[in-house]
Amino acid sequence: MTDQSEKKREQITTNIWREEAEADNPFAAAKSYCADFDVYGDLLGKISLIEYLWLLFKLEPPSKAQTRMLEGLAVALANPGPRDHSVRGAMNAGVGGSTRASALIAAISIGAGNLGGAREVFTAMQYWQRCGIDLESWIEIINNPPREERADVWPEMEHAPGFDPNGASCPTPVKQLLNHLAAIEQNETLVWLQTQRKTLEQHAGSPLAFSGVAAATLFALGFEPEQAEMLFLMLRLPGAAVHALEQEKMGWSRYPFFGDGLTLTDDPGPVKSDD
Amino acid sequence: MIEKETSTLTGPERLEAYEDNWQTVMGAWFPGERVVLRGKNVFAELAECTWMEYLVYAVTGRSSPKLARVIEGLWSLSTSFPDPRLWNNRVAALAGTARSTGALAISAGVAISEASVYGLRPIKGALDFLYRADAKKEQGIAIESIVKEELKARRCVSGFGRPLTDTDERVAPVLDFLKTMESDQGKFVLLAFEIEDFFKNSRYKYKLNIAALNAAVAADFGLTVDEYYHLTTLAFTAGMFPCYIDSRTQEEGQFFPLKVERIKSISNGTRKWV
Repeated sequence: MTDQSEKKREQITTNIWREEAEADNPFAAAKSYCADFDVYGDLLGKISLIEYLWLLFKLEPPSKAQTRMLEGLAVALANPGPRDHSVRGAMNAGVGGSTRASALIAAISIGAGNLGGAREVFTAMQYWQRCGIDLESWIEIINNPPREERADVWPEMEHAPGFDPNGASCPTPVKQLLNHLAAIEQNETLVWLQTQRKTLEQHAGSPLAFSGVAAATLFALGFEPEQAEMLFLMLRLPGAAVHALEQEKMGWSRYPFFGDGLTLTDDPGPVKSDD
Repeated sequence: MIEKETSTLTGPERLEAYEDNWQTVMGAWFPGERVVLRGKNVFAELAECTWMEYLVYAVTGRSSPKLARVIEGLWSLSTSFPDPRLWNNRVAALAGTARSTGALAISAGVAISEASVYGLRPIKGALDFLYRADAKKEQGIAIESIVKEELKARRCVSGFGRPLTDTDERVAPVLDFLKTMESDQGKFVLLAFEIEDFFKNSRYKYKLNIAALNAAVAADFGLTVDEYYHLTTLAFTAGMFPCYIDSRTQEEGQFFPLKVERIKSISNGTRKWV
């Protein structure tokens, strides 16, 4: 097993995971370590799902306050509800009898975007990294958002990230979430956001959204924008899953088709028959 | 700026205006009767189209059998390699060996084709660069300055140079194909080779890769960056199907299996959760 050809084999390099092989099978792990913790021999039974999620991303255990903050955010995001674009995508899979995986793929693909999605959280996190809790910097970046000269696959942001361009006042659940998360540890970032929310909303021309609270919270917890984008994608999936399963049972006939909702404005009309 | 954005505070009113009200020029299905795409009756006016002509019309609104044939040729020759080691194809192959479905395999493969070191980002970036380079050249700026400015800003020039290997084996056959389509001497194709000539005589030694050539052809047909991006999104799929079919039909789980020792862990400590 240690001949020259074996040594030359390509490897996956990781700082997250280590395995020890079973004696009778080099393709099976007898022990798996995450950030040096024995996953099945130690963590199992001791660690909560949220703590494990934190450990996977951070490679260090969270404090109690950090766990409570991430858990609070996870609960708030777990089900965006059946009117949310991403959940609607999942339900479309359900009513059509599509694969369960496609329901989550639909939710992820839609929920990845710039409007209320993970890309918005990513961009808002970049704003937090640039502006911190400096109000003047926030006003400047909201008024003059950075534009990428080069074309990218992502569309340009069409509104201030973290704010809802279709909103009126800040929705009650968004305020409840922000208040809950800020109260856990009086985190400086979240308390500042509470204090400056109305000023920021005035400059953004729209109210704070869940994506904005998520970005602020994940910034306050020391996550990178890329990590925040991933977490936001993952944390919203439970709702997509259960609504897809529910609509699968309900069937397409009880689900909106918007039958009279579409108007074709360039219609050649029916083909004239020679009969 | 603030006043302008404040005017959008009529958000809910705007949503209400759209409630059960989607107005579109793109198309619709009239159940049991007809289908319309961009003002044309699909059964009466698009019945003779190839699928690629239909796709080009759907994306661009242009009826152009020549453009459709050129794009089809570019796809066949340069974007559908059936090699399961390539990252997007490997996703399809992994789905096959793990006994997932064909549609899930291909959709995941398409999704990851929106990559940075290959696939849709360089493809889109190459056309974007050629349009910017052409605009600067029109202003009288020399190719050398255009390229150096791009390198300074981005540390690379989309469409030039290639990871893994220097020579792009696709350029010659695609040029042969373009000759047959009388599409090898357009303004942007010539610009792409002019840029390659600069690189050849510089210290960078980058060669033109297929992304630049294909993008130049797209530019000569007047495609926008977004139109080209949409028309290329499915280009890789014909290479993915054979990879999926192969691993799906061979023994399950046998596609490049990895032993535990193939994980190279940076950390080797142990600690207890408290």
